Amino acid sequence: MDALILTIIATSIPLLLAATGELISEKSGVLNLGVEGMMLSGAVGALGAVLWLENPYFGILAGALSGIFMATIFSIFTINFMTNQVATGLGLTIFATGLTGLAGAPLVGKTITSLPKIEIIFLSDIPLIGPILFKQDLIAYLSIVIIVLATYFLKYTKSGMILRAVGDDHYSAHSIGYSVKKIRWFATSFGGMCAGIGGAYIPLVLTPHWSEGMTAGRGWIALALVVFASWIPWRIIVGALIFGGITIAQLVGQARGWPIPSQILSMMPYIATIIALTMISGRISKNKNIVPASLGKPFIDMH
Amino acid sequence: MFTFVPRDKVSKNWVILGPLVSIFLTIFFGLLIFTFLGYDPLETLYQVFMSPFSRIDRVSDIFVKACPLIIIGCGLMLCFRANIWNIGAEGQFIMGALLAGSFALMFPDVETKILLLFMFLVGFIGGAIWAFIPAILKTRLNVNEILVSLMLVYVAMLFIDFIVRGPLRDPMSFGFPLTKPYPEGALINKIPFPGIGYLGQLHYGILLIVLLIPLSWIFIHKTLGGFKITVLGSAPKAAKFAGFKENSITMTVLLLSGGLAGIAGVVEVSANMGQLQPEVSFGYGFTAIIVAFLGRLNPIGILFAGITIATVKLGADNAQMTMGIPKVVTGLFEGILLFFLLTGETLQKYQIKWKRFK
Repeated sequence: MDALILTIIATSIPLLLAATGELISEKSGVLNLGVEGMMLSGAVGALGAVLWLENPYFGILAGALSGIFMATIFSIFTINFMTNQVATGLGLTIFATGLTGLAGAPLVGKTITSLPKIEIIFLSDIPLIGPILFKQDLIAYLSIVIIVLATYFLKYTKSGMILRAVGDDHYSAHSIGYSVKKIRWFATSFGGMCAGIGGAYIPLVLTPHWSEGMTAGRGWIALALVVFASWIPWRIIVGALIFGGITIAQLVGQARGWPIPSQILSMMPYIATIIALTMISGRISKNKNIVPASLGKPFIDMH
Repeated sequence: MFTFVPRDKVSKNWVILGPLVSIFLTIFFGLLIFTFLGYDPLETLYQVFMSPFSRIDRVSDIFVKACPLIIIGCGLMLCFRANIWNIGAEGQFIMGALLAGSFALMFPDVETKILLLFMFLVGFIGGAIWAFIPAILKTRLNVNEILVSLMLVYVAMLFIDFIVRGPLRDPMSFGFPLTKPYPEGALINKIPFPGIGYLGQLHYGILLIVLLIPLSWIFIHKTLGGFKITVLGSAPKAAKFAGFKENSITMTVLLLSGGLAGIAGVVEVSANMGQLQPEVSFGYGFTAIIVAFLGRLNPIGILFAGITIATVKLGADNAQMTMGIPKVVTGLFEGILLFFLLTGETLQKYQIKWKRFK
């Protein structure tokens, strides 16, 4: 049972990280559809770094940097050149699929050492919850810290309030003197960093070798999670665990030989995403304030 | 620092110049990345952009490859003009091919090409059904069509895999995941040229493009329906005041683009495969997004864009064979191209003004 819960948690961590990063960036008004691409580059960056430096912790760093690099490309075009965010995000994912395919080609067939588990002494000895909560890897702990910080930042800090103001009405925020572009650059880069680390988690913990397109749509599911969480960070944890659970359930089903074809079982996370989006749509149309009002709209600076 | 100042009129020069400059910048940056990763840039340049023109049969294969891209691109053009983001054409393509294929396999002995006509209809319905899901969710419940249409791509890929390996698998296929071969009436034949024979894989499906390009041009520029789509996308408030029904426009463009993607699926399988297999599309649905943008959401532009992108796709195939570069690198070029094209759109509407730091 413990093993099952641990696998579910491990599966949900990439989603959790990527979704939290995207949430911050969307709160500032930037809709980045390139999450899948940023995760892919995080994955290939982490693999490359670990193979080169032979230390899994450099994988985390490399994943973060690769994600930030991709986010920077996105920022240059959408924020500075005011391009359409939807199309640019799609372009970023397509670009990253090509770039990682090229960069990952020499890595095919090589396996890396996984990220070690860190035991927190005494606490990890607590029965049941001990091994689950206090015997995780660094990224797992980090993801909880990031969620807590994101919640605190958005709710209780002045900078968080400014960020939300920029996302809700960029022209008003601009007219009282806040630099919309700078704030969006930071938020997008943060999103890239989180997606990069989330992507890095896949080779560092889940499957320790490279295969083309190994994120398998996780970035898109992370985008859906932000909507599902109605832009409230802690709810991402719930959503990510549900999706982790569904993904593992279908794997368990395949292993135990449930009388359902494996392909139909594999569809479950994707169908669940559609159902989740549909269920949340009612609440969103009742209360439009949930969605950042400037989300996806280019900010045109005329001065 | 620089800022943007709006132009009085959309710059006509940039409308044509934008895509051309974008292509050159893409080649430049693409080769820069290749050099950085240790490939010979000149060899890459030749393989990716020139080798598809090196023989007449290769040139005709460009058109074969461009065919599904242009058909899907024409549909996506309608969506993108209306500001509806259907990015699930890949799934709609698969479902069109699958439904039409299952239909064709019900008539194993039919030789007349009338079967093919029905397959186009069934394929259109298959793609349209798959697009109907995001359409109904969008219009009734305001669910984001981007995510729904994309999730359905994964579902469609798994579904065709299940059908071809399961219920429709040919018992005589020696364990290969293939259906029975299509009957003669379901196949699109290659075009014979007097004196030369066949030119590569060039097939009669090309005629569909000859039909589709003028039709969609007329639809966009000369009919009220096409006008409504464009107004909804470029000036949603004006569309509202004019009393255009947003939901019915959304539904129409999604069903049309889904249906066209389905037809592209029929053409691809009937002309090049002759039976269903687990993988029928090789990213055509995604590539067509780039084609639609490169063609400036305009049928004639899409024709040229489809040919350009097909050239790069074939070139990448050649580069894989001769240089061992993975085929997915086309994504690299497509992504960069899209970035520059979108920047070009900004430059059409705004002038760059330099200013000093304060």
